[in-house]
Amino acid sequence: MPFQIVILWSDVLVWLLVAACLGFGFVITRTEHLLAAWRRVGKSRIGMAAATVLMVFGVIGLLDSLHYRLRLEGEADKPTVYSIEVLSVLDTVASPVRTRNEKTYSAPFATRLYAKETIDLPGGGQTRGYPRLKYGGAHLGGDEARLPADVARKAAMGFVLAVLTWCGMAALVTMGVGKREGVGRSEAWRRIWQGETHFSWNALLMTAGGLMALILPLLSLAGYYHVFGTDKVGQDVLYQVLKSVRTGLIIGLVTTLVMLPVAVLMGIVAGYFRGWVDDLIQYIYTVLSSIPGVLLIAAAVLMMQVVIDTHPEWFATAAERADLRLLALCFILGITSWTSLCRLLRGETLKLRELEYIQAAQAFGVSSWRIILRHILPNLMHIVVITLVMDFSGLVLAEAVLSYIDIGVDPNTISFGTMINNARLELGREPVVWWSLAAAFAAMLMLVLAANLFADVVRDAFDPRAV
Amino acid sequence: MNSPLLRVTDLRLGFAAGRQTLLAVDGISFEVGAGETFALLGESGCGKSATAQGIMRLLPAAGRIVGGSVELAGRELLSLPEADMRSVRGARMAMIFQEPATSLNPVLTVGQQIGEVLARHRHLTGEPARQRMLELLRQVGIADPDRRLTEYPFQLSGGMKQRVMIAIALAGEPDLLIADEPTTALDVTVQAQILDLLVRLQTERGMGMLLITHDLGVVARVAHRVGVMYAGELVEVAPREAFFTNPRHPYTRALFAALPEVSRRGGALTTIPGQVPSLDHMPAGCRFADRCRYVTPLSRDHSPPWRMLSDGHKVRCFYEGGMAEEAPHGETVLPPLAADTAPILDVRDLKVHFPIRRGILQRTVGHVKAVDGVSLSLSPGRTLALVGESGCGKTTVGKAILQLIQPTGGQVKLNGSELVGMPAGRLQGMRRHLQMVFQDPFASLNPRLRVGEIIAEGMAALGVVAGGRERAAAVAILLEQVGLPAEAVGRYPHEFSGGQRQRIAIARALAVQPEVLVCDEPTSALDVSVQAQILNLLKSLQESLGVAYLFITHNFAVVEYLAHEVAVMYLGRIVERGSADEVLRSPKHPYTRALLSAVPQPRLEGQGPVIKLGGETPSPANPPAGCHFHPRCPNVMEVCRSVWPASTQHGATQTVACHLYK
Repeated sequence: MPFQIVILWSDVLVWLLVAACLGFGFVITRTEHLLAAWRRVGKSRIGMAAATVLMVFGVIGLLDSLHYRLRLEGEADKPTVYSIEVLSVLDTVASPVRTRNEKTYSAPFATRLYAKETIDLPGGGQTRGYPRLKYGGAHLGGDEARLPADVARKAAMGFVLAVLTWCGMAALVTMGVGKREGVGRSEAWRRIWQGETHFSWNALLMTAGGLMALILPLLSLAGYYHVFGTDKVGQDVLYQVLKSVRTGLIIGLVTTLVMLPVAVLMGIVAGYFRGWVDDLIQYIYTVLSSIPGVLLIAAAVLMMQVVIDTHPEWFATAAERADLRLLALCFILGITSWTSLCRLLRGETLKLRELEYIQAAQAFGVSSWRIILRHILPNLMHIVVITLVMDFSGLVLAEAVLSYIDIGVDPNTISFGTMINNARLELGREPVVWWSLAAAFAAMLMLVLAANLFADVVRDAFDPRAV
Repeated sequence: MNSPLLRVTDLRLGFAAGRQTLLAVDGISFEVGAGETFALLGESGCGKSATAQGIMRLLPAAGRIVGGSVELAGRELLSLPEADMRSVRGARMAMIFQEPATSLNPVLTVGQQIGEVLARHRHLTGEPARQRMLELLRQVGIADPDRRLTEYPFQLSGGMKQRVMIAIALAGEPDLLIADEPTTALDVTVQAQILDLLVRLQTERGMGMLLITHDLGVVARVAHRVGVMYAGELVEVAPREAFFTNPRHPYTRALFAALPEVSRRGGALTTIPGQVPSLDHMPAGCRFADRCRYVTPLSRDHSPPWRMLSDGHKVRCFYEGGMAEEAPHGETVLPPLAADTAPILDVRDLKVHFPIRRGILQRTVGHVKAVDGVSLSLSPGRTLALVGESGCGKTTVGKAILQLIQPTGGQVKLNGSELVGMPAGRLQGMRRHLQMVFQDPFASLNPRLRVGEIIAEGMAALGVVAGGRERAAAVAILLEQVGLPAEAVGRYPHEFSGGQRQRIAIARALAVQPEVLVCDEPTSALDVSVQAQILNLLKSLQESLGVAYLFITHNFAVVEYLAHEVAVMYLGRIVERGSADEVLRSPKHPYTRALLSAVPQPRLEGQGPVIKLGGETPSPANPPAGCHFHPRCPNVMEVCRSVWPASTQHGATQTVACHLYK
């Protein structure tokens, strides 16, 4: 085999999550009322627009979760040796932007470096000036004045491609809708845009159109220019943004998965059983939340770092080490961030347990755990969903803060946090280097906003009173 | 009346729902003169409160005034700018709300809240304002007004809060007082006090009053003229005498017929089939047509015009013929109590004390004696009504019998087995014999479960019916028993009206075939016509299934209709008990007598003098020494202050705990 598949722990978690979602989806198709609720999600225009954006992020994250090592060229009789560099499918797809590194900073669409340097002239002697980039706009040769026209032409080509793709997509959807509802194509087209379909195809098509109009020109340019510029070591910022998506998703999702069971269980148990259990749990979270969070996390991360550093034999590659560190960070963040949700849930459970339907269940002798599962948990889900989405953005930000004091993800791991952290250093210089921060910020905003909107729609759809 | 104080003409109010506006009030016109009380009567969802809010221009965000006019003393209100409207509200007309607990701001003192109105509308501040506040509080009958001015709402009882609300409303010296169900949240004895107060203030000041209520008894006691609202329209307007002697609209007559009374015992109550149409499904013709027994094709297609009957009495109905008697009156003799039947439920000396904990170590410093020695017995297939005002511990009795609250002492015997202190495993087996129906049908059904799951829960938990298919069949039978359609199984509780939800709750309790059903005020959250449906249902279920009811209520009309025996409770103890006939016809205990006299009767005659009780129920944390009732008792004697009276027997079944009877 020309490559060896590498399975990182975080990959396992990611694909387990995907499998769980698929399993859940299967259950939904079998359960009438759950299906109805998800149909309401599908009918919501905002929900579908947000889902489309999330899907793009999801695909990027998933592509980045398939890892492998390439086989190194060697003699036939030697045992096969694989590269120590662990690559993902995304890396391969994005290899033009991954491999073409400049020397240092360059602005988006620049053909020269951002800082003046002493250049050795071919004929001997030196001059101070902006050196030409190795890759950015290299195809222009010496004719740098052609740059605006070239960018416009390539962007237009990308846009035309986007329009064509979109037309194809729209035609497919129209045919599908027409077939399903048994109407002609023009009628299906009208129904889609009048919002008369059961699934809000119009929102999906519009968002997809917008995204493609944005992404395809970018991609067609990315082969020739550094569309988002390069960073201090000359790495393309677009590549960094793409790689950050997976880190962000993992930090948001895995941390949530760690803290969710703890917070939900402890909160409900404290609120429902009262008595000494309540006292104990209250004391635990009061103590935890009275320790400054950063301090607690710093202590845990540093201890973990020592463990990792003293056991180099555990890891075959640097990627494995970075991955374990990322997961450990998720666990630490999860263990320290369950208190607020737990407190909220305890309060709400205290209110719910006095309601008459709980007492009716008690009068039937329904066991406490069954009451919690059937009567209390579903009525708390709206709080859980809201808190999770709020926390998701909070966690991505927390990761940035932690990277700042050097206790975040491994320095090799590209994340929004490390990007922002690196960019922070350059905000103080003149002229200012703004593109790293702007790119990270824009990508994060899209991700968090889409997640927020989607969660909102899901919560509304599952609230039986709001129908 | 040449120029009435308030003239509402063709007022139309709606609520925005999506792109359309649903009319909640559709062209109503009425007048209120100075010194007159006009009562708007109707069930919930008829647009009474929306009318009041529309007149005050305080509609909620989705509310729209679609058309019409509201004139206050000749001045059009609907076209006033909001700034001018603010000087009308409070100064020219004021409003009292239903729930005194939430209509006062909990972080401001009484004085600050009255002072706000005085400063805004009368420009009084400082000492003159204080004098005025004291005067107002005295007018509304608050003792010790000096102290009350500096107190916060949580330090006041419910009746006291409503008095403060009235004082605030009066502070701007309004010409018109709008009272939106002012006594619905109060106990009968307090309700009597507040109604008297409103009547007195109105006569003294010559105010006009618009009273919004669903209670025919309140109308009979207070109103001069009555307007009956149905589905956003006025259907009948009549002076009080004509209204009670000769109601003409079929809806009005049905309302009277649906009232439970002792004269209707034995028979079924007349109910109005169906329910008030929802805003988006208003019938084209007469809105009552679907539920009316005199419906004609004409009234289905055309909205009837007003028809004058006599001076001031008009009705919107095509039907002019005589009306059949709605309910077959006539004393049905109840089957006599079989003396030898052993009681199925026997409660002896039940006590529930809640500890009051204080301080860091949470030491017990005292007890709230919510239930303090209650004894009851209930025979199979009979109904025992436990009557008392709020806070007397009647709900706690119910929950302690079901062992939902651990009793502090006493015995609860079900079929001879002692439930108090029974190990959890065996108690599980006993639960199927004893079930409960709760007060609030909106809180007693889990909104996330479908009706089928709700009803099947008890069967599954107690293993009454094993197997999914048998259970589904059992649920279908239960739904039929309580009169709900079979497709209700797959729907969520919020899709049902209050009455239907209470039917679901009853079906859930009946699912395990209990022999005793504790009903905790099952009709207090429902409208009169729906209440009648539920009472009929309970009665027919008792006849067919032989269930015994412990019926916890504060409503004497329900007691009269349904109960075989009555126990009257005051502050954790039973003061009088006996058969319903004896207790209701010849009440012995002064508290029972006061309670009965305070119930407003929905008729002209028979408004006997109300026995006024001073004050309100004291706190069970610190009950008065001796007889708990002595601080409020009109017949108090020296011995009452120190010794709790022993029970004495009167007649066949009646026992009274009072020193008057030795």
